[in-house]
Amino acid sequence: MKLTVWTYEGPPHVGAMRVATGMKGLHYVLHAPQGDTYADLLFTMIERRDHRPPVSYTTFQARDLGSDTATLFKTACQDAYDRFKPQAIIVGASCTAELIQDDPGGLAATMGLPVPVIPLELPSYQRKENFGADETFFQIVRHLAQPQERTAQITANLLGATGLGFRHRDDIEEVTALLHDLGIGVNVIAPLNATPADIARLPAAHFNVLMYPETGEAAARWLERSHGQPFTKIVPIGVGATRDFIEEVRGLTGVTAKADESRLRLPWYSSSVDSTYLTGKRVFIFGDATHVKAAARIARDEMGFEVAGLGCYNREFARDIRALAKEYGVEPLISDDYLEVERAIEIAQPEMILGTQMERHIGKRLGIPCAVISAPVHVQDFPARYSPQMGWEGANVLFDTLVHPLVMGLEEHLLHMFREDFEFHDDAGPSHHGGKAAPRAPVAEAEVGVTAQEAPDQVRGEAGIHVVWLPAAEKELKKIPFFVRGKARKNTETFASERGVAEISVETLYEAKAHYAR
Amino acid sequence: MTELPRIPASGGCRDTPILKERGQREVFCGLTGIIWLHRKMQDAFFLVVGSRTCAHLLQSAAGVMIFAEPRFGTAILEESDLAGLADAHDELDREVARLLSRRPDIRQLFLVGSCPSEVIKIDLARAAERLSKVHSPHVRVLNYSGSGIETTFTQGEDACLASMVPELATTDARELVLVGALPDVVEDQALGLLEAMGIGQVRCLPARRADAEPAIGPNTVFALTQPFLGDTHAALERRGARHIPAPFPFGDEGTTAWLRAVADEFGVSDEVFESVTAAPRARARKAIAAQAAELNGKSVFFFPDSQLEVPLARFLTRECGMDAIEIGSPFIHKGLVGPDLDLIAPGPVISEGQDVDRQLDRARAAAPDLTVCGLGLANPLEAEGLATKWAIELVFTPVHFYEQAGDLAGLFSRPLRRKAKLKLEAAE
Repeated sequence: MKLTVWTYEGPPHVGAMRVATGMKGLHYVLHAPQGDTYADLLFTMIERRDHRPPVSYTTFQARDLGSDTATLFKTACQDAYDRFKPQAIIVGASCTAELIQDDPGGLAATMGLPVPVIPLELPSYQRKENFGADETFFQIVRHLAQPQERTAQITANLLGATGLGFRHRDDIEEVTALLHDLGIGVNVIAPLNATPADIARLPAAHFNVLMYPETGEAAARWLERSHGQPFTKIVPIGVGATRDFIEEVRGLTGVTAKADESRLRLPWYSSSVDSTYLTGKRVFIFGDATHVKAAARIARDEMGFEVAGLGCYNREFARDIRALAKEYGVEPLISDDYLEVERAIEIAQPEMILGTQMERHIGKRLGIPCAVISAPVHVQDFPARYSPQMGWEGANVLFDTLVHPLVMGLEEHLLHMFREDFEFHDDAGPSHHGGKAAPRAPVAEAEVGVTAQEAPDQVRGEAGIHVVWLPAAEKELKKIPFFVRGKARKNTETFASERGVAEISVETLYEAKAHYAR
Repeated sequence: MTELPRIPASGGCRDTPILKERGQREVFCGLTGIIWLHRKMQDAFFLVVGSRTCAHLLQSAAGVMIFAEPRFGTAILEESDLAGLADAHDELDREVARLLSRRPDIRQLFLVGSCPSEVIKIDLARAAERLSKVHSPHVRVLNYSGSGIETTFTQGEDACLASMVPELATTDARELVLVGALPDVVEDQALGLLEAMGIGQVRCLPARRADAEPAIGPNTVFALTQPFLGDTHAALERRGARHIPAPFPFGDEGTTAWLRAVADEFGVSDEVFESVTAAPRARARKAIAAQAAELNGKSVFFFPDSQLEVPLARFLTRECGMDAIEIGSPFIHKGLVGPDLDLIAPGPVISEGQDVDRQLDRARAAAPDLTVCGLGLANPLEAEGLATKWAIELVFTPVHFYEQAGDLAGLFSRPLRRKAKLKLEAAE
């Protein structure tokens, strides 16, 4: 048993729903109690889908448990076929139905439906949403893909985009355009917008672009094994990764065409003097592994930030993220415990978070700006405008995304100059944001004085010394603008603790400032 | 003088045969009630013993995460709990101890059963009893089931309140108890009206804090403010309390009839009643009239959701001039909504339960001007050209009593007004 407040991932059958809802001509018959239908609103409200997810729930109730839930399932299955006439059906159980062990796959197989019926085994008490999507897509591909000739033109399949995916809608357009520049066609995009008939055609492509390893890797590996289709390992998010991706595609296909970079603005925007203030901003990165990996590279190499911490919530990719953290010289955080993530961010005191909607809330509470770079999604992550993460336009979008939450360059200087101005004070927050940013102040004030004892291990430092802020230093600290105050506090405490200084005075504060000056 | 609502000459809908449906139900489970109950009871924590699906539901139904650490959580069952490798009760004790040590402000803990915990038969009643002993007197531990196999949406609140009733102190005092979780502002308005009529010592269930809970006894009378409290109603009657039946306090007419029933119980004179209610009543009428202009003559179709459907259909048909085509409700408890049914003119289909695809067929065929439905259906129906009102807002918005009557009508008129307002075609 594990106490959970907020979850990064839903149960695995929601992953299956993301595949089914993304596709066309497929129906999902889900053995599940009444109430599990809440999942429909993820698609109809968060993603604003204009049709119901193609899911029939058996919605059994307590009174059905004593009688015959198996018949209920078969009836639901037959009704779904008769009403929706899908090209293929996937069947499975949600967490509760898994316990009553009706075996939806076995039941459906005996019904003689005239379309392929694909059983799903998704262990609800061990695995989560991304696994559910990955496994469901893999099973659909394994059951439906047909051996066939490759297309005459060099073509690729784009794998992994699903319903309710973080910017998947726009990423597929961007990657399609990128491949088009290289003279490569797209054979099938799946699961998003694909029909079961399209899935059958997957083996006609020359290679696969694995866009989202979280939801497409099992299928990509199977297609490589069974149909000899290699797949790309680089996810083209960011300038460097997109260039590497193009090289990888050239290597796989032998094409020599150059990609047109004329739409790419990030490199110049990042080099222009206006961006100087971005240098060394400390960022904490958290999300799904794929987006975290990409964001770390963009943050360090393309924006000139400093990565102060990173991690992911999907344990399946823990090894990759550990290796990445090592490369960046930080401790990896592999956790799906929201409160643990909050603690880690509080300790790291970053100037900005690159995270999910969950971290946006953490940031709101801690008074740290946050840019959202990864699922889990929120209605805001489905903007009306074209807003990919991948390819050239994705890099442009990310530049804006990462700059927007920050106080802008000149404003930052003014805030430094007029620290205690009655209007231009730090609680006012960045001027280009409507409304007042939730100030850190109330929390910070309550904590001052006890910070040293209460706060994190780092404060105790190697020497294990408890440091205390003297009132004058505390007051001086408050004069430092909010967006650097956390860093100043942390640096000063580390500085003091490393030197065995138990009390922080104004002197200590400025000695630490000089020490860390860059 | 007070005009009490007249039963339609044709006799109302109480005896209209009910269309009972037993197919796929597109409804929330009772866990959803935690979203508002945890805000209402400010010293309570709701611990769901369930699966990742339960946690995900609460998160999704809450829509946005407003609270960094809300007063609810899910103890997620894992493989080892199911395989019997771990004693689920030991695990639960450990999680509860950890939770309570972190949240010393918690005075009431609800262990909330879910579909998986019911199916594997974790005895939460026994757990609550055991944990109550461990953590008393500081924390009282209760349990109820919000599982989808037993409860539909608002029935979760009913189960929660019913679980509290046996624990309430006993009294012989003649007291009025208002039953149902209302937003504080609405509750205060109701209490203000009752006090002005000279009905003192009114208690509320649930109370905002554990120490303000009502006591119950043979002289207790109670009025329900929500139509979905069947089990709580039964539990209170078992304790000897007596129910004051009335239409529910939505709109001018509903509020007046509800207040009148309570006033009659306490012997309030017509003059006093009139002087207390005249002004807010006039305001309510005026506010409703402003919205009703857009609703008048329009048709409405209710999908089952919160059990508020019958009283709301009464409000929309009698006070806003709408025609109800179908009034679908997850469950129709005539003992509670009978007075509202009496006031609805015959005509609409009254349906209980659901077979969602068949009901969608009926809705499409009827092409209502406004469809009241859940979040899973609203956008798809809008895309088909039907204006909708998502029903969950009716539960999350202050809509009871006089001062909210206009807002309640506004919830229904806004989608129609918006549909009329948007001009997205070429001008030609």
